[in-house]
Amino acid sequence: MMQIWGQVFQPGLFTYPFLIHAWVSASAIAIISAVIGFFVNLRGESFVAHALPRGAFAGAAAAFLVGASSLLGLSVFAVAMALGMGTMRRQGEKGVSTALILVMALALGDLFLTVGNAYAPEVFALLFGQLLGVSSAEMIAITILSAVLLLVVGAVFRPLLLSSTVPEFAAARGVPLTVMNITFTVLVALAASLTVPVVGALLAFSLMIGPAAAGWYLAKSPGRAMAYAVAVALSSVWISIVIGYDTSLPVGFLVATFCLIAYGGARWIHFSRSRRAPAPSQRPQS
Amino acid sequence: MSVEPAIAMDQVDVVLSGHTILRALDFSIARGAFVGVIGPNGAGKTTLIRLILGLIHPSSGTIRVLGMPVGKGRRRIGYVPQSFAADPDLPLRAKDLVGLGLDGERWGFALPSRSRQQRIQEMLDRVGASAYANEPVGTLSGGERQRLLIAQALLTNPDILLLDEPLSNLDIRSGREIIELVDEIARERQVTVLFVAHDMNPLLAVMNEVLYLAQGRAVVGSVDDVVQPEVLSRLYGQPVDVLRVHGRILVIASDSVVPFTHFEGVAHGQPSSPSPHL
Ligand SMILES: Nc1ncnc2c1ncn2[C@@H]1O[C@H](COP(=O)(O)OP(=O)(O)OP(=O)(O)O)[C@@H](O)[C@H]1O
Ligand SMILES: [Mg+2]
Repeated sequence: MMQIWGQVFQPGLFTYPFLIHAWVSASAIAIISAVIGFFVNLRGESFVAHALPRGAFAGAAAAFLVGASSLLGLSVFAVAMALGMGTMRRQGEKGVSTALILVMALALGDLFLTVGNAYAPEVFALLFGQLLGVSSAEMIAITILSAVLLLVVGAVFRPLLLSSTVPEFAAARGVPLTVMNITFTVLVALAASLTVPVVGALLAFSLMIGPAAAGWYLAKSPGRAMAYAVAVALSSVWISIVIGYDTSLPVGFLVATFCLIAYGGARWIHFSRSRRAPAPSQRPQS
Repeated sequence: MSVEPAIAMDQVDVVLSGHTILRALDFSIARGAFVGVIGPNGAGKTTLIRLILGLIHPSSGTIRVLGMPVGKGRRRIGYVPQSFAADPDLPLRAKDLVGLGLDGERWGFALPSRSRQQRIQEMLDRVGASAYANEPVGTLSGGERQRLLIAQALLTNPDILLLDEPLSNLDIRSGREIIELVDEIARERQVTVLFVAHDMNPLLAVMNEVLYLAQGRAVVGSVDDVVQPEVLSRLYGQPVDVLRVHGRILVIASDSVVPFTHFEGVAHGQPSSPSPHL
C-alpha cells in the first residue's frame, strides 16, 4: 500500500519550488476559469472563450519581440481583442466579428514570431503551456490577478446573471447591457491570459468550458453549478500535475483529457437522472 | 398620497434613426387604472413601453412617471418582458429567476436569508407558481414562465406594471388566467397596469381605459369613447369600421377587399377575435 502511495506521490511533488509554483498557479487558474466558464455557458459565448486564448497568443509573441513579460503581452492583447469584440458585435453578427478578430490576431502572431525569430521551444510553450516551468514571479502575478478577477466577478455577479438571463428586464432596472457585455468579454480575456502560460493557448479553452459545462449538468442553481465547476477544475489540474510529474506526459493534454472526461460523466449523470425523473404532470406539490 | 397621475405625457415625439416613431403623445393615466395598450404590429407599443422605462428618450416633449422624470425610481415600475429564452439544462430554478427581481440589478451577490426566501416564496404563491418553484426554468411552459416574470416584476412592490404582449405565446385559457391574475393583483395592490396586446377582446372585461396606437399616434380613453369608427379612422388615417358582435369588438378597414384575414382563437369553440389588420 505504502509502495503504491510512494509511486503516485513521488518525492519532491510537494517540496520542489517549481512544483509548488505549479500547484499554486494551476489552482488559481482552475478556480477563475471555472467561475468565468459558468458565465460563458450562460451567455452561449463559447466561441469567444475559444477565440480569446488563441488570439492572445499573438500578445505573448509580441512580448518576446520587445522583451516584455509574456503575461503582460497576453493580457494587453486579449483585452484589446475583447474590447474589439464587445464593440463590433453591436453592429454585426457576433460570430463573424469574433472570427475576424481571431484571424487578425493569429496573423499578427505569425508576423511577430517571424520578425522576432522566436525559437521553437518558446512557441511550443506558448501553444501548449508550461505548467512545470512557471517562475515564482509568474506564480505571484497569476495568483494576485486571479484573486482580483474573482473579486470583480463577485461584484458584478447579480447584474451579469440578470442581464444574461432576462436582458430586457435587466435594462428596465437600469443595468447597462453594453457595459455588461464588455465587462464579460474583458473578464474572459484576462482569465484566458492567465491560463495560456500554464495550459497553453490551444488548450486553455478546455479548462474554461469543460468544468463549467460539467457543473451545468450536475447542478440546478447558479451557485451550485459554479461550486461543482470549481471542484471539477481543481481535481482535473491536481490529478494532471501528479500524473504529469510521474509520467512526464504533457500537462495540457492531461488537463484537457480530465476536463472532457468530467464533462462526459456529468452529461451522463444528468441524462440518466432526467430519465428517472417524474414527468412534469406528476410533479409533486412542494 | 400624491395625486400625481401615474404617467403624464406632454407633446412627446420619439424619433429613432431619423424616423418619427411616436408623435404628439399627450395624455395622462390615472393611478390604479388598467390600461390596454392596443395597436397593430409596428404601431409603437414596445417603443412606448421603452419610453416609460427611460430606455429611450423623447426628441421633444416631457414625460413624468409617478410625478418624477423618467429613469428615476426604476424599482417602482415593474416590467414584464414578452418571454425569455432558456434551455432545459439551464441551472436556474424558478425561484432563482424570481429572486433576481428583488435585487438582481445590485452589485455583489445575494446572501441567502430567511426574510428574502420568504418574500420570494410569498410572491411565488401569489402568482400560483409554488408547485414549480424548484424546477429549472427551461423546463417550464409559456404560461408558467409568464407567471414567473410577473412575480419577478412585482417583488419590488411597484406602483406601475408594464406588460409587453404577455399573451403572445399563450393559448386562450392560459391567456385568460394571466389576465385574471394581473387584474386581481392590480386591484389588491393598487397598481397601475399597462397591458400591451394586439387584440383588445380578451381585455374588455378588465380594462377601464384603452390606449389605442396606430401610425405612431395614440388616443386614450374608455373603450366606448375610443373604439369608434370616426376616432379610429382619424387615428389610422383611413376609413375604419368597428363591429360589435356577441360582446366582441372587430376593427376592420372599410376598403379592405377581404376584411377578415386574421382570425384567432377559433379553436376550443371560442368566438373568433380578429385583430386589426391594417
Ligand atoms: N431602434 C429603432 N430604430 C429605428 N426604428 C425603430 C427602432 N425601434 C423600433 N423602430 C420602429 O418603430 C416602429 C414601432 O416599433 P415597435 O417595436 O414599438 O412596434 P410594436 O407596436 O411593439 O410592434 P409589435 O406588435 O410587432 O411588437 C417600427 O416600425 C419599428 O421598425
Ligand atoms: Mg412590440
